[in-house]
Amino acid sequence: MEILVCVKRVPDTAENEIEVNRDGSDIERDDLVYSVNEWDNYAVEEAILIRDKVGGSVTVITVGDDESEEVLRREMAMGADNGLLLCDDAFEGSDGKGVASLLKAAVDKGKYDLILTGAQADGGAAEVGGMLAAMLDYPYASLVNKIEVDGDKLKVGREIEGGNQEMNEIQLPCVLSIQTGINEPRYVGIRGIRKVASVDIPQHGAADLGVDAATLGAAGARVKRLDYFVPEMGEGAEMLEGSTEEIVAKLIELLKSKGGLK
Amino acid sequence: MADIYAYITHTAGVADDSALELVAASKKIDANAAVTAIVAGSGADVDKVADAVAASYAKVLKFNLDALAYPNAEVVRKLLVNVLPADAIVLVSNDTFGMDLGPGLSIKLDSTFVADVVGIEGVDGTVLKVIRQEYSGMVSTHVTADITNGAVINLRPGAFAPDESQSAGGSVEDRSGDAGDLTVKRIFLEVVEAEVGDVDITKSDVLVSVGRGIEDEENIEVAQELADAMGAVVSCSRPIVDAKWLEKSRQVGTSGQTVKPKVYMACGISGSFQHMGGIKGAPFIVAINKNVKAPIFQVADVGIEADILDFLPELTDAIKES
Repeated sequence: MEILVCVKRVPDTAENEIEVNRDGSDIERDDLVYSVNEWDNYAVEEAILIRDKVGGSVTVITVGDDESEEVLRREMAMGADNGLLLCDDAFEGSDGKGVASLLKAAVDKGKYDLILTGAQADGGAAEVGGMLAAMLDYPYASLVNKIEVDGDKLKVGREIEGGNQEMNEIQLPCVLSIQTGINEPRYVGIRGIRKVASVDIPQHGAADLGVDAATLGAAGARVKRLDYFVPEMGEGAEMLEGSTEEIVAKLIELLKSKGGLK
Repeated sequence: MADIYAYITHTAGVADDSALELVAASKKIDANAAVTAIVAGSGADVDKVADAVAASYAKVLKFNLDALAYPNAEVVRKLLVNVLPADAIVLVSNDTFGMDLGPGLSIKLDSTFVADVVGIEGVDGTVLKVIRQEYSGMVSTHVTADITNGAVINLRPGAFAPDESQSAGGSVEDRSGDAGDLTVKRIFLEVVEAEVGDVDITKSDVLVSVGRGIEDEENIEVAQELADAMGAVVSCSRPIVDAKWLEKSRQVGTSGQTVKPKVYMACGISGSFQHMGGIKGAPFIVAINKNVKAPIFQVADVGIEADILDFLPELTDAIKES
């Protein structure tokens, strides 16, 4: 099975506090630690597991700048066979539809049976996979937490409300967005990274993809972010201050009065 | 402005809570809009849902067909593309169904997709201005969307107070005959119910809930000791289940269990909306987190800025002594 996995380089929210910069035009980017989007890691692991079972290859693709190449390399160190970087100044400021149309152009140039994305990334829109599927006219399932290969079909489980799982049969080729927890992504050591450090990763720009630059980037985006801000959320929590001993004593009193302690 | 439509999800003949949230959201787009609800499914349940939501919508389009017996997003997308005008403004709840439906629907209608909206500021000409969140709710953004060619707008469940005025008094039209070809390449098989664990967190009045801040599987013990001292039960947020440190039945959130405790101790939990969506009944929430900017501090009653690995043992000892 030829599998394409769409990944993204994002600020690592486990490693950073995300703060708004002074004029609200962006988040504070100084000293941010970046990594591969958490959901994408599960998608790549799932692709590798499927390939190891039924044969074929795994290609990881991203839309980004030169630095995004490191993310592709990391996923290749996990076991992906090929990387593909879609990189062009004209791509900057693309909205979700813009990104999906670039991925669509890349898919049209290859031959893939299965396309995976993470269920969502840093923007929380969870939109690119479903858009890509519709552009390709492939069937789509989101929030997938189980995949079984069955000939030219897959049996996929979707995570739905209440911890329940919706089982579907879906025809290949298809696009699936992968939910965390579907597997346990393997650890990538420094040696694994070194092994793929010199592997050539092809780059495609607007001309290579045959896409019209006018419809791309900020100019082509119908959805635009105006600013970042931290919302006022009512009163918020009453913060307990003092020494640990004092805080513990106050908390125990509160817990007693609220029924948390007998 | 183009006509506004709301897609109604329903279970066992009852419309989802989001049905009235979509009414409230539509009024923020156009206070005078005559909004059309779309109810799809099969059998008597659909009739019941359509009749019920007619009180809140100007018009209800009902699609009662065997092909819609389990209306998965692939089938519903096809239905909506067949029956909606291309410039429609379509409101969808951003639940696991809406996330499946919305993005692809916008492509098929060649309209603009507006994802996971938590607030609507209004419309200026053909530009819709909304509020979204990024980075798991750590920051918010104002976003504009050009809706000249229509839009699919996914609205976060719970973000809009339900409009219970029932002031529309609309009519129900059976449009099943217009549904068109509904053949799809994804077929629903079954719903596998969540496994019941050895501990039922939904029955406990006090929950000691752990998140990423617990850092390591071995440290779960620290939370368990506190729970034992309090006569409470240990629950958790999603990353703990993804890491397989606790079983799925202990997960609080929209994709886990819905709990109604009296006291909720959020330990090292950032407080994503998916997590908070599983906490009902307005419990007393104590948040303990070393990151003072964590969203949990905005919704908790009491906050403590501390590393749970240091603080929880201190609290456990003090409770044992008292």
